[in-house]
Amino acid sequence: MSALSLRGLNKAFGGNAVLNGVSLDAEAGEFIALVGPSGCGKSTLLRILAGLDHADSGEIFVGGKDMSAVAAADRNIAMVFQSYALYPHLTAGQNIAVPLAMKRLSRTQRLPLVGSALPGQKEIRAGISRDVREMATVLKIDHLLDRKPGQMSGGQRQRVALARAMVRHPSIFLMDEPLSNLDANLRVHARGEIVELHRRAGVPTLYVTHDQAEALSMADRVAVMIGGNLLQLAAPEAIYNDPAHIEVARFVGQPRINIISALAENGRVDFSGTRLALLEKVANGPVSLGIRPEFVKLSPSGRSGLAGRIERLEFLGSEVIAHCRLDASGDVVIAKLAPHEARDLIAGMPVGILLSPEQAMVFGPEGRRLRTASAAPTRQEPAYV
Amino acid sequence: MTSIPAGRLIRFALLSLGALMILAPYIFMISTAGKTQSDIFTSSLSLIPEHFNFAENFAKAFAKVPMATLLWNGVIVCGLIFFFQVLVAIPCAYAMAKLKFRAARLMMVLVMLGLLVPIHATALPLYVAFDRMSLLNSYTSLVAPFTISVFAIFMFLQFFRAMPDDLIHAARLDGMSELGIVARVIVPNAWPAVTAFAIFSVVAHWNDLYWPLIVVSKQAYATPPLGLMYFRAAEAGDDYGALMAATLIITLPLVVAFLFAQKRFVEGITMTGLKG
Repeated sequence: MSALSLRGLNKAFGGNAVLNGVSLDAEAGEFIALVGPSGCGKSTLLRILAGLDHADSGEIFVGGKDMSAVAAADRNIAMVFQSYALYPHLTAGQNIAVPLAMKRLSRTQRLPLVGSALPGQKEIRAGISRDVREMATVLKIDHLLDRKPGQMSGGQRQRVALARAMVRHPSIFLMDEPLSNLDANLRVHARGEIVELHRRAGVPTLYVTHDQAEALSMADRVAVMIGGNLLQLAAPEAIYNDPAHIEVARFVGQPRINIISALAENGRVDFSGTRLALLEKVANGPVSLGIRPEFVKLSPSGRSGLAGRIERLEFLGSEVIAHCRLDASGDVVIAKLAPHEARDLIAGMPVGILLSPEQAMVFGPEGRRLRTASAAPTRQEPAYV
Repeated sequence: MTSIPAGRLIRFALLSLGALMILAPYIFMISTAGKTQSDIFTSSLSLIPEHFNFAENFAKAFAKVPMATLLWNGVIVCGLIFFFQVLVAIPCAYAMAKLKFRAARLMMVLVMLGLLVPIHATALPLYVAFDRMSLLNSYTSLVAPFTISVFAIFMFLQFFRAMPDDLIHAARLDGMSELGIVARVIVPNAWPAVTAFAIFSVVAHWNDLYWPLIVVSKQAYATPPLGLMYFRAAEAGDDYGALMAATLIITLPLVVAFLFAQKRFVEGITMTGLKG
């Protein structure tokens, strides 16, 4: 039994399909990053899971229990919002205490004046403030508990939001781009901290982001969503090295993968002097080849490889990105080179472009990955969805 | 160099002139409150009283008008109206701003229509209804017609729309009911709008003469403006000095309240985007 299970979720806003039969399973203690370009439906999925929105069809199971008819408040799902959504009129400590107070105090005990006179509530309140303090110590915000959100920095607010979500030990933890409002340095630091906190709490976490670096570096498994479809759910290495769909290959990887058009004939693709044998039957016609920029080499002499010209060179310190254009087709090919390989290159010069055919991935006309004999999966068998 | 101060001077002069024109009646009222009967009825118009008669006029006003009753009625009526208006308008505006339901659009149209109907149009049926229920001459008849303020709903609606949805989502996930969200999240963050609306509401109902005149005929329930009218008709006759002193007394609470709440008032209006 998986900790979280989504089955065929569909959602449309006024005829616009936002989710197309999304299914997903998360194991206990797993960290899944939901990544995709903005507007791909990942935040909608999170909202539906939290109970803030309703799917048109499909089922949600948490710990084996059907959650479709359960109100957001009773799902025991915690969420960290992009804007942190802290209550502006409460101090950090009061913010963190809210979910505990709602859970542990009865309706009458929560009343402002009457409540404090009721028996038993003093002990509960003491317990709440103890737990708040404990949580704050873990997140190193115990010195901020008396400040209001308006008096805190972005990083501090983000920690308070994390504390508020974690303090009640939820059964699922949702994060909606929690780091996108932080500056770059803080973001990298916070990534590590969130992973660490997740490991400590062991609660299955769904982490929405549009930043592929975040997704690849933090998650146990990455779910790539594009246009309302969950295209692939696999380990970060598999997502990068063995994408199941051309859109996944395009979305993941910086700089973007090179896509070159080619022709499939009689179950083979001839490309750059090499023959790629397809393992499945494909009608003759155009296919796409994907080659990561790190598998493109440039030959300054121009004697080997496809004839082309360097349009632009970007120096990035540890690497150099060369934007080239093929003379024959006019396609742009990007090469990622080590600085010493790029020493003799200058923009505008003609070069020979060497594409490693054994690293090429073949995608069918509708974008699906086509297996080839030469390019076997590099690591464990990925889970396709 | 000199052009900027000159421009400011002109602006300042224009604003002062405007303020003076608007304040003139009030200033004249203050001056009249300090004049003797003979001062008032001289043919020459003077702002400074010849004989300072403030003490006598105020004494007369306090002696002849049940000033305490009037002010108390004013406070009760305005307080109740404001309380119920906020009590009704905040949940209503919250629902319309943040909840999705079928009739939301229709309700919005009804609110806009409600803004267009003045009290004068509904006065007669309301009067008949109160008469049938034997509720004339009561606080109920003074307060009840104003408890649902479409203006308040409209104003809070604009304010709540600007509140982030995530805040409400967070509250739901934290386990709050919709009423809990209103009480614990919306109201504590709506103070600027509530303060701004308080000024609008209290000023309108403190100064209202029309509706009290219709439903009240006994001194005991008279609001300040109505009480003044009784005073003029019955006691003072042409004793304008005392009348102005009484008027000064009943306008004073509002003036003081406004001066104190001025900053928040302006904040509230700019926050709701109503401006003016």
